[in-house]
Amino acid sequence: MQQSNLYIVIFSTVLTIVLGGLLALAAVALRPEQKKQEDMFRKKSILSSVMTVEKGSDILQIYGDKIKSYVVDYDGNEVKELEGKPIVAENVPINKEFKKSPEERLYPVFEMTDGSGGVEAYILPIYGNGLWDKIYGYLALDKDCNTIKGVVFDHIGETPGLGARITEKEFQARFKGKTINNDNGQVIGVTVLKGESTNPTDPHQVDGLSGATITAKGVESMILSYMEHYQGFLRKVKSSDLSYVNQ
Amino acid sequence: MSEVAENIKTTETVAVQPKKPAEPLLSKRRKRLMSDPLDEDNPITVQVLGICSALAVTTQMKPTLVMAIAVIFVIVFANLIISVLRNLIPNRVRIIVQLSVIASLVVLVDQVLKAYFFDVSKLLSVFVGLIITNCIVMGRLEAFAMGNKPYDSILDGLGSGLGYSWIILAVAFFRELFGSGAVFGFPVFESLGLAYENNGLMVNSIGAFLIIGLIIWAQRWRNGYVEHN
Repeated sequence: MQQSNLYIVIFSTVLTIVLGGLLALAAVALRPEQKKQEDMFRKKSILSSVMTVEKGSDILQIYGDKIKSYVVDYDGNEVKELEGKPIVAENVPINKEFKKSPEERLYPVFEMTDGSGGVEAYILPIYGNGLWDKIYGYLALDKDCNTIKGVVFDHIGETPGLGARITEKEFQARFKGKTINNDNGQVIGVTVLKGESTNPTDPHQVDGLSGATITAKGVESMILSYMEHYQGFLRKVKSSDLSYVNQ
Repeated sequence: MSEVAENIKTTETVAVQPKKPAEPLLSKRRKRLMSDPLDEDNPITVQVLGICSALAVTTQMKPTLVMAIAVIFVIVFANLIISVLRNLIPNRVRIIVQLSVIASLVVLVDQVLKAYFFDVSKLLSVFVGLIITNCIVMGRLEAFAMGNKPYDSILDGLGSGLGYSWIILAVAFFRELFGSGAVFGFPVFESLGLAYENNGLMVNSIGAFLIIGLIIWAQRWRNGYVEHN
């Protein structure tokens, strides 16, 4: 059966409107739930860089109790508002900030309190390039601003079983206890080695991922660059020049 | 046009109000629609379609199961929708119409996963979107749903979806077992007290190729299938 051009145009238009309408409806209806899940996931990542989050525990409750967050700039000064609007550290889009030059970015800091007014860890977001797409995560620094207390990594499109293994606890645990500064106080980060069974004792080296060298190098450079960018803030912490931290 | 109207009307009532003696809800012919794709006409092992996702998502059981459910959902509903519309769809643009129906369903699945199964949706990442390009879905629309009644199309979609699912689940079972020593994340070898060194080959796509090859071999041997030239 051969239909006229008019019929085809009308049919296509109606189909497009119906399908588009349905999808728009679904997107709008599901948006709040997705936002909640994303927010929950973000907070869970932040927490799990320093602690084991049990399944079924009230993430929002723990987060509210333990985490104090604020935003700093490249020089380590706190940024309270942007263009008249107050900034919420959890809502700073790291991916968009990544496109700006390092000096212009906003740097959120999630401070883990030890329950008696002191600081247990500074949890800093990190972001960089993997093999196929972006990789990101959180790195928790001890209050000495040098020792890594824990890391979490995540990715958008790394190869399952290879690069995607950066999300595994076993890989992330390798970073625990490593340090980011050398003896002279320079930031040198953590080198991800090639091969997987060397078990390096060097505080600046961890075992790599077989078959995922580029993702592993991405992790390495992401940690190094962000630790450099946070130096403004970390130096201020070290010299206790952070009037707002202890407020 | 009366035929068109009848076909549309029969969407839900095909088995209830027939003019001829009713074809049983699960007649022999309909059972074959379901069972053929499971074995003799399997989309992956015989038609060799959907190989890409069979290689890509099958490193672990859990995401594979979600993928299987997603594909069954998409293929059944795409088959149903196209079958209902089959006499209205202009022949010259039918492929793009099929594609837009599939794409809409896939986006819907993706949105629902993001809202309610966030962890799994992160694991599957791009592969949910790639259901759109899964040749099995489009193949069934073009080959079956365009020319058959809705109820039969649902059965056909279900059959093809299940045929796809059991293969990828079987592949995922062996890949996770030998690649990570686990099934559904449960460490099998560890709980049996066996020392097992994970086989990195199984985690690679090469492992999936090998397993699919072995399944095809076993199946052809059993069915006595030979290639026709």
